Amino acid sequence: MDRTKIDLWVGIFVALGVAALLGLAMKVGNLTSGKIGETYSVTAAFENVGSLKPHAPVKSAGVAVGRVDSIAFNSKTYEAVVTIKIDKRYNFPKDTFANIYTAGLLGEQYVGLEAGGDEEVLKNGDKIAKTQDAVVLEKMISQFLFSKASESDKDAKPSASTSASDAKHVEAKSTELGDAPF
Amino acid sequence: MVERIWRLGAGARLFFLTIVYSGESFKRFHLTMREIYSTGVMSLLIIIVSAFFVGMVLALQGYNTLQKYGSSEAIGVLVSLSLVRELGPVVTALLFAGRAGTAITAEIGLMKTTEQLSAMEMMAVNPIARVVAPRFWAGVISMPILATLFSMVGILGGYIVAVPLIGVDEGAFWSQMQANLDFQSDIVNGIIKSLVFGVACTMIALFEGFDAPPTAEGVSRATTRTVVISSLTVLGLDFVLTSFMLVI
Repeated sequence: MDRTKIDLWVGIFVALGVAALLGLAMKVGNLTSGKIGETYSVTAAFENVGSLKPHAPVKSAGVAVGRVDSIAFNSKTYEAVVTIKIDKRYNFPKDTFANIYTAGLLGEQYVGLEAGGDEEVLKNGDKIAKTQDAVVLEKMISQFLFSKASESDKDAKPSASTSASDAKHVEAKSTELGDAPF
Repeated sequence: MVERIWRLGAGARLFFLTIVYSGESFKRFHLTMREIYSTGVMSLLIIIVSAFFVGMVLALQGYNTLQKYGSSEAIGVLVSLSLVRELGPVVTALLFAGRAGTAITAEIGLMKTTEQLSAMEMMAVNPIARVVAPRFWAGVISMPILATLFSMVGILGGYIVAVPLIGVDEGAFWSQMQANLDFQSDIVNGIIKSLVFGVACTMIALFEGFDAPPTAEGVSRATTRTVVISSLTVLGLDFVLTSFMLVI
């Protein structure tokens, strides 16, 4: 029986493979962190979800409390319906506010929950009524450009008027738009 | 051209026969075991050493670019994603074709040249069941193990460059990696890729050996063809598999 050396080496080989797979799963992949015990799911309708994806984290006060389960489009209301799964350990009031935030300037998007003051808590299948859409950068930029363009338009036309009243006018215009924080 | 199509058909027939007669290689598993030793275990050294260096170079080059954007913590994500998804399976398959594929082709080619295969047939031993199938299954079993090892050792190499040498924060290195790597869509897909490459590389090596003209020159040509065809097949298959996986 001189196959024992081969057996030993093949055993080592397979053991190394299993160890590498375990290492990949536990240390590199999200098999351990991706699991959040028992969950309940609630839905929230957004007019625009930006680039939110399934499996994106759901955070409250910066702590991950759940995950986005699915994102669907409601063709009746033309809204995006986001189903999120929240860990059973955490309860949120009925009037919780759901926002879509971006991690960092260019990071991935996640759902942020801000607790309200209601006595009743969200249960499985409930709908979050108060939502705020994702910030779409293009929209903000176009708004900014539009307000700039209208400013310069105003600048160009009433050239006869005094500069003081002109400046006042422009100021009034921009506050009236209540535009982006640029 | 007709020759190529003929060879493709013959290769497909050999693949089919290998699957049909592979019962023997599991019934007498020590045959497969010995082949796992000579294809898998003997490839360990080259796989581990190259994985280590590939990981280190990836980390160095990645750091060079990432630090310009002030996000050198993302180096772990870069190294692990590129290794697990692409470089692990592909480089392992290329090395496997060079290290084990050539050995298989030369061995079977020489068996054919010295008429050992005909002798087996004379003794009513099916050479496909006795010689081809155990080598096939050994390659298919070894490749995913080697590719997983490649990814893991590569990530360790990247870790050694990034954390102690460059000074990236260790917690950020691992946690960003964990946040961005999905077990299902990244690690499992990488293993599926390496399984497909294992089938392709081993089958090409076996067919080239089986099909080699029984001369010294014929065997040498068949060995060269094994490396060329396996490498091209792996790269082509990688594109196809990646596009499929991105769609799903």
